[in-house]
Amino acid sequence: MSTLLIIFYFLSAITIATAFLTIISKNPIHSAIYLVICFFSVAGHYLLFNAQFLAIVHIIVYSGAIMVLFLFTIMLMNLNKEGEPHKKWATKLAAVISFGLICFVMLAVFIKAMPVIAAYKQTGQDFQSIKVLGKVLLNEYMVPFEFASVLLLVAMIGTVLLSKKEKSVQ
Amino acid sequence: MSTTIQNISLSGRKKEVSHKEMSFLESLYLVAIVKGLWITIRHFFRKKVTIHYPEQVRQMSPVYRGQHMLKRDEQGRENCTACGLCALSCPAEAITMKAAERKADEKHLYREEKYAEIYEINMLRCIFCGLCEEACPKDAIYLTTSKVLVPSNYEREDFIFGKDKLVMPLEMAMKNAQLKNAN
Amino acid sequence: MDSTFIIEKSVVIVSVFAITMIFAMYSTWAERKVAAFLQDRVGPNRAGWGGLLQPLADGLKLFSKEEFFPNTPNKFLFIIGPGIAMSTALMTSAVIPWGDKLHLFGKDILLQATDIDVALLYIFGVISVGVYGIMIGGWASNNKFSLMGAVRAASQMVSYEVAMGLSMIALLMMTGTLSLKEISAQQSGMNWNVFYQPVSFLIFLICAFAETNRTPFDLAECESELIGGYHTEYSSMKMGFYLFAEYANMFISSAILSILFFGGYNYPGMEWMVENAGVNTANVIGMLALFTKICGFIFFYMWVRWTIPRFRYDQLMHLGWRILIPLAIINIMVTGVCILAFK
Repeated sequence: MSTLLIIFYFLSAITIATAFLTIISKNPIHSAIYLVICFFSVAGHYLLFNAQFLAIVHIIVYSGAIMVLFLFTIMLMNLNKEGEPHKKWATKLAAVISFGLICFVMLAVFIKAMPVIAAYKQTGQDFQSIKVLGKVLLNEYMVPFEFASVLLLVAMIGTVLLSKKEKSVQ
Repeated sequence: MSTTIQNISLSGRKKEVSHKEMSFLESLYLVAIVKGLWITIRHFFRKKVTIHYPEQVRQMSPVYRGQHMLKRDEQGRENCTACGLCALSCPAEAITMKAAERKADEKHLYREEKYAEIYEINMLRCIFCGLCEEACPKDAIYLTTSKVLVPSNYEREDFIFGKDKLVMPLEMAMKNAQLKNAN
Repeated sequence: MDSTFIIEKSVVIVSVFAITMIFAMYSTWAERKVAAFLQDRVGPNRAGWGGLLQPLADGLKLFSKEEFFPNTPNKFLFIIGPGIAMSTALMTSAVIPWGDKLHLFGKDILLQATDIDVALLYIFGVISVGVYGIMIGGWASNNKFSLMGAVRAASQMVSYEVAMGLSMIALLMMTGTLSLKEISAQQSGMNWNVFYQPVSFLIFLICAFAETNRTPFDLAECESELIGGYHTEYSSMKMGFYLFAEYANMFISSAILSILFFGGYNYPGMEWMVENAGVNTANVIGMLALFTKICGFIFFYMWVRWTIPRFRYDQLMHLGWRILIPLAIINIMVTGVCILAFK
C-alpha cells in the first residue's frame, strides 16, 4: 500500500466516523464539533486530489465561517438534553423510508458510474494553480460564476431587509 | 453673565463642555489617535520616577515624624513626670496615663519625684502630628524617624502601646551618654 | 524525496518554530517593559539583566501552579481549547518567507517552510479556525462570563475577517499572486505596497488588531466586565497557552503586515549587496531587516495598547460592518479603476 492510500483510508475513516457521531451524539455542541472535524477531513480529501485552492476555501467557508456561526447560535440557545421532544412513530418511519430511498438512488448512480481515469487526457497543465482556475472561471464559466455571485448578493440584501427593524406604527 | 457661585472658576481651569458637531476629519478619530500616540511616546523617553528600593532609599524629610519614644536621660532615668500636657494637647485624644509617686529606692529609675506608672498611646487614634512633643516641658516624649509608623497586628488591643513599647531601651540611653561624654 | 531535502526542511521548520516561540516569550517581557516605560516606570528588572530572564520565571511559575478544573461536564473540550488556540497560532508561520535564500553546502536553501500557491488563503483559513480554541474553551468552562467572552471573541473575529479579506483583495489585484514569496519579491527596492495601498494597509492593520484580540478591541477578555473573558476558569499552563497564543498571533500578524505592505525581507540597496557582498550576507541582512520590521510592529501593538482605551461593543461592530467593509469595497473599486487607467 502506498502512503497516499493509507492516508486516504485514514481520512475516510475519520470522515465517516465523525459524520455518524454528528448524528448520534446527544449534545448539540458535540455534534457541531464532530461536524467541524468532518469538514476538516473532507478538506484533507481535497488536498489528496491536489486541489489546494478548493481545500483551503472549504476550510475558510465551512469550518471557519459557517460552523463558527452554528456553534455560536447553539451556545447561545442553551439546548438541554431533555429539551428535545420525542418524535412520533410515523415521522420516524417516514424519515427512515426517505433515507433508504435516497441511499438506493445514490447506490444505483454510483454503481453505474465508471472511473474516468482511463479517459483522462494529460495536458501537462497545472490544474491546482489558482491562475489557471481563475482563467477558467472567468472565461469559460463566466455566466454561471456571475449568476452565483448575483444569488449571493440577493441573499445578502434579503438578510439585511429581514434584520432591519420595522418602523413602529404610531 | 451673572457672577453666581456656579460661574466662578475656583481652580482657574474651568472649561465649558461643548456639544458641537464633529467635523468629518474629527469623526475619523485618526488625528486624535495620532495625538494620543505622540503623548505616550514622549513619556517613553521621559525620566523614570521609580526608586529602586533596596538599593536606593527615599530621602526622609527633616521634619519626618515616626513612632513615639519616651526618653531617658544620660543616667538612664525616665524623663516623664506624668504632667499630662501631652494628653491635653493631643488632638486625637490618643494618650492616657496614670501618675505615681517615686519611692526612695527608685531614684535611679525616674528623674522626677512623680512618674508615669501607666503611659499608653492608642496608635489607631494617633495622627502623628507631633503636638505631644511640642507640649512636653520635660523633653520626655518625641517622635523618632523610624520608617515603620506602626507594625501591623491582628488584635485591636495590640495597637495600644504601653510603656514596654514606648520607653527608650536602656542600652540606647547608655550609648547616648557615652556619645555625649566623648564630645 | 531525498534525505537532504527532509533534513533541510526539518531544520527550517524547527528554527521557525523556535523563533516564533522565542518571540512570543520575549513579547511578554517587552509588553511589560513598554507598558512601564510609557507610564514613567522601569518595569521588571530583577530577574537577570534588565529583567531578561523574566519570561523564564513566568513560565516556571505557570508550570508549577495548581491545575484547577471547574465543575464542567466537558473536561476533554476544556483541555483541548488552549491546545487548538496554540496550534493555530503556530501553524501560520509555515508559509511565511523569512528571507530570500541562502547558498550553503553547494545548494540553495529557501528560508521558508513551504512556498504554496495559496499561502495568503492558507493564512486566512488558519485565522478563521483560530476562533475555535477560544469558543470551545469558553464554552467548556461552564461559566457565564467565559461564555460571554467566547461569544464576543467569535463574533468579533468573524466580523473583522470580512473586512480583512476585502482589504486584501485590493492588494491582490495589484500583485496578481497569493504566494507570499512572490509578493515579497515584487516589492524589492523600496517598491513597498504600503505606498500604493495605504487605505488597504489601514484596514488590514485595524482588522489585525481585532483578530488578535488586542486593545482597543480586547472585548473578549475585558477585565472590568467579564473578569478574564474566555480564560477566566483556566489556570496553570493552560492559561499560559492562551496568553502565549495571543503573543504568537501578534508576532505572526506583525510578520504578515511587514511582508504584505512593508516589503518583507527587502531593504534599500539589496541588489547592490547581492552583487558586492554575496548572496548569503545580503540575505542574512534581509532576514534581519524583516525581523526589525516585525519588532517595530510588535512595538506598535504595545504602544497602541497603552494609549487607546477599549471600544464599546456596539462601536466595535459599527466600525467593522458599517465603516471598514464599505471602505474596503470602495478601495477595491478605486484600485480597479487605477489599474485599468494606468495599464
